[in-house]
Amino acid sequence: MSKGNDSRKHQNTANMKVVEGSYAVAHAVMCCRPDVISAYPITPQTHIVENLSQMVADGELDSEFLTVDSEFSALSVLIGASACGARSYSSTTSQGLALMYEVLYNVSGMRLPIVMNVANRALGAPLNIWNDQQDSVGARDVGWLQIYVEDVQEAVDATLQAYKIAEDAKIRTPIMVCMDGFILTHVYEPVELLDKELAKEFLPKFMPADILDPAHPKTFGAFADPFTYTEFRYQQFEAQQKALEKIELVAREFEETFGRNYGGLIDSYHAEDAEIILLTMGSVIGTIKDAIDAMRSEGIRVGLIKVRSYRPFPVSALRKALKDASVIAVIEKDVSIGNEAGLVTDLKAAFYNSSIRIPIIGFTAGLGGRDITIKDIRKIVEKAEAARKGIKSEFEFLNLREEIL
Amino acid sequence: MEKSLLAPGHRACAGCAMPTTIRLVLDAAGPNTIVVSPTSCLEVTTTPFPESAWCVPWIHSLFENAAAVASGVEVMLKRRHLDTNLVIIGGDGSTFDIGMGSNSGMFERGHKMLYVCYDNEAYMNTGVQRSGSTPFCVHTTTTPAGTQSLGNPRPKKDMPAIALAHRVPYVATASVAYPVDLRRKVKAALQVNGPSYVQVNAPCITGWTFEAGYMIELARLAVETGLWPLTEYVNGELVGVKKVRRPKPVEEYLKAQGRYKHLFKKTDGADMVKQIQALADANIAKFKLVD
Repeated sequence: MSKGNDSRKHQNTANMKVVEGSYAVAHAVMCCRPDVISAYPITPQTHIVENLSQMVADGELDSEFLTVDSEFSALSVLIGASACGARSYSSTTSQGLALMYEVLYNVSGMRLPIVMNVANRALGAPLNIWNDQQDSVGARDVGWLQIYVEDVQEAVDATLQAYKIAEDAKIRTPIMVCMDGFILTHVYEPVELLDKELAKEFLPKFMPADILDPAHPKTFGAFADPFTYTEFRYQQFEAQQKALEKIELVAREFEETFGRNYGGLIDSYHAEDAEIILLTMGSVIGTIKDAIDAMRSEGIRVGLIKVRSYRPFPVSALRKALKDASVIAVIEKDVSIGNEAGLVTDLKAAFYNSSIRIPIIGFTAGLGGRDITIKDIRKIVEKAEAARKGIKSEFEFLNLREEIL
Repeated sequence: MEKSLLAPGHRACAGCAMPTTIRLVLDAAGPNTIVVSPTSCLEVTTTPFPESAWCVPWIHSLFENAAAVASGVEVMLKRRHLDTNLVIIGGDGSTFDIGMGSNSGMFERGHKMLYVCYDNEAYMNTGVQRSGSTPFCVHTTTTPAGTQSLGNPRPKKDMPAIALAHRVPYVATASVAYPVDLRRKVKAALQVNGPSYVQVNAPCITGWTFEAGYMIELARLAVETGLWPLTEYVNGELVGVKKVRRPKPVEEYLKAQGRYKHLFKKTDGADMVKQIQALADANIAKFKLVD
C-alpha cells in the first residue's frame, strides 16, 4: 500500500502512450486472450467493444466476437461459452447492467469466471447517460466480485488481474471491473499498455476441469431444492472470502511483473497520521488527492482510503486502516433510495461489532454526472471536522440544488 | 434398441409427451450431442440436484436465454473444430414468448444448431397459463372459460413462419405421435450448416386434461384433423407435408380434452367449434393435406 506518494512510482514513462481509456482497456482485454467476447452497444461503454471488434477484424485478436440482440443475450452467450471452457469477456453499463440482472445471478451461481468492465453510468428515470455508480453498487449482492478503479492505468491493470482472480480454482467467481463512464472511458491520458508476452506469463491459459463435453457428459444448471440451495450460496460466500486474500496476492504478483501496485483491497493516501479520513471509490480519487495535497500544505491532517474491492467487502483491512481516525467521511456516487448509500452503510456495519467508535458521515455526490470539485471536497472536510464534535447530519446529498426542488 | 440417452427415473407426469419427445430427439441425435434447455417442466423434472436424467452434456441457465447460451456453446465448438450436435430443447413459453429476443438473435446470426420446441401450448410448469402458442378457445388458468369468456380469444402464434422470416434454412413441424417422421426431421435438421427449427406437438396431460394413455392418440388426432399439419421447409420452400387421407372433424379432437369442454356446454360454443373447423380447413387448403 502506498503511504502518501504516487503508487505508480515504478511506472516506466518511456513506454507510455496517450490513448483513450476505452482503447487502453480493449488493449488489456486483448492481452488476456479471451476466446469469446459478446456485448451490446450502450453509451459510454461502446468504445471498448468497438476497439475489440476492430482488433478481431484486423487479426490482432483471435476471439469469437458476437453481436447480439441485447445485454441480456450478451452475458447469456458467455454462459454457454464459459461452460465450454472459454475465457469470456463483456462490458456494459447502466441500463445494460440492469437488463443483465437475472443473468448476473446465474453467472455467479454457476461459478463461471467471466470478466466484465462496467463503464459506470446513472440509471433512468430520468434518462441520464453520465457517470455515477448507482448501476454496479446496486448490483453488489449478485455474487460477482467488484473492483473499482481510479484511473485508466488502473483499469488496464485491474482487467488483467481480474481474470487471474476469477479463474482461480478456489474462487471461480465472475468479476466486474468498474470504471467511471466518460471520465475514464473517454479520457485521453498517458498509459502504459500491457506487454502481451508479460501478460501471457502472468495469466496462463484457462483450463477448467468441468466443461460441456460429450466424452464426459455433465449436467450444468440443475435446480436445487431447500435441502441443497443454501449450500450453493454458502460456497459462493466462502469463495468471496477467499478472494480477499487472492486479490491482495494478485496485486503483489502484478507488481512483481509490471512494477505497479494499487494496494489490492484498499489503497491509501496520507492516511497514516490523518485525523479526517475520506473514504471513496473510483475516479473522484484524483480530485481528492489534489484537495488533500492543498489541505495538507495548510496543516489540515486529512487523508484518503480508497476502496478497490467493494465485493468482497474488505472488513478487516478497513478496520485496520481506519481505526485511528477521528472522523470518517464517505463520498460515493450512489444512493440506496430509502436508506443512505451502499458504501457508508457497509462501513458502519464493518465497525459495529468492533471496538472502533469513530463518527461516520456519508455523502452522495456526483449523481448523473455532476462534477465533484476540489471545493466540494473541502466542504466535506469542513463538515467532517464539525462532526467530530457531534454529528448533525449523518447522510446528505452534496450540493443539492434547493432552488429547483 | 440401445439405451436411451434420457435415463428413466425422471419426474415427469405419467402420460406426458415431453420425455417421449426428448427420447426421440436424442435417439436421432446420438451421444455426440450437447443439449441446452431453458427453464421448463423439462428442467425441473430431469435435473433435481444432485440427480440428472441426462446422459449427454446438458446446460440450463434461464427461461429466456437458451438460444443465447447455445450461441456461446456453438462458437466454442467451431473454435475447437468439434463436430458435435448442438440441440436446444425447450417448451413453447420460452420459444414463442419470453425467449423470442434471443431466439431471433440466434436465428439471424445463423448459428449451427437445432432448436426443438416441445409445444404443449401453454405455460404448464407454472400451472397452465396462456402462452403465445395457446390455440383459439383454449381454457387456461389465465384465459379461463366463464360466463363472459370462451377461453383464449386469439389464435396460436405462427412460430415456424417467424423462423422462416429469419431465413432459417430448415424448419419443420412434427408430432410425438409420428416418431419415424420426427426422428427423420431431427436427423435432417442436424445436417444443416446453420440454424434449424422443429416444432413438436407434445400434449400435456394436466394442462389439456385427457385420459392417461391417450397422449399419442390425441397428438395423432391433431394431425388427422388438420389442426397440426406436419410440414417441412428447406431454404424457405415447402418440401413436404404429411398427407391426411380423410380429415376427421375437429370435434373429435376437441371433445377428447378438458381444455375445450366449455365449448360443448355453452350455447355459443358450437359457433366456436365451427371457427376452429375453419382453421383446420384453412390448413388443409394451404398445405394441400388431402390429395
